[in-house]
Amino acid sequence: MLNPEKWVTLHADYLFNYTISRINNHDLAKDLVQDTFFAGLKAKDNFQGKASERTWLISILKRKIIDHYRKINSAKGKAEVKMNFYTDGEREGEWIEERVPNSWDNAFEKSIENDELSVVLEQCINNLPEKYAMVFRMKTIQQFETEEICKELEITSSNLWVIIHRARTQLRKCMEDNWFRN
Amino acid sequence: MKLTCDEATQICDKSQYSEATFWEKLKLNLHLLLCKNCGLYSKQNNVMTKCYEKHKKEEGNKHCLCADEKEVMEKQIKEKI
Repeated sequence: MLNPEKWVTLHADYLFNYTISRINNHDLAKDLVQDTFFAGLKAKDNFQGKASERTWLISILKRKIIDHYRKINSAKGKAEVKMNFYTDGEREGEWIEERVPNSWDNAFEKSIENDELSVVLEQCINNLPEKYAMVFRMKTIQQFETEEICKELEITSSNLWVIIHRARTQLRKCMEDNWFRN
Repeated sequence: MKLTCDEATQICDKSQYSEATFWEKLKLNLHLLLCKNCGLYSKQNNVMTKCYEKHKKEEGNKHCLCADEKEVMEKQIKEKI
């Protein structure tokens, strides 16, 4: 049996943590959890009691997360990262001159220990288009398995590696400009 | 056999998660012998991975729902039951 009066007490924290590890935005995560509860209420007659209440709610939440990913990946929400390599012509695949890595100060190894690094890095990640930030965080910060991310977001692994590659190239450049060469 | 810089750095990124295949790594290493820019990228990529690891530690449990937020949520659900 479902017990909606107790959903918030029993499941809100769990659902919220599940969401925030995928979508690093407090208000958005909260809204998705709220939407999940509402959708659960609407569909409560479909609950057959085969899975636990929590598992059932998570399955609804998973759809919400895919819908969100689709939205940020749609033509409308599609912000692309700055290109680092030529995408056509004779020089296709070569570095674009102004995006070529510059060597960093010798002290860079040490400056990793600086606490402000995380603040600058967080800004760089937040500057990525949403889709890139989401996949990058899931893979690198949350350390999900490739297979799991692909399944959850319904993308292929070659898709995932292109996204990771573009995110990392962009982040390298951002950290070079704002941290390592300052 | 020959990689572009775009392809080489993508393999380089993949290998930061230990997920590049043997052949990919072989092709990457050949490319790195000849390409200074990608060599630098590869070296810096190790540093970037360390930064991400440090960032991961500090991210920790930054977010949680506060009591007020849950109260509002509960109220809205009860209105719909």
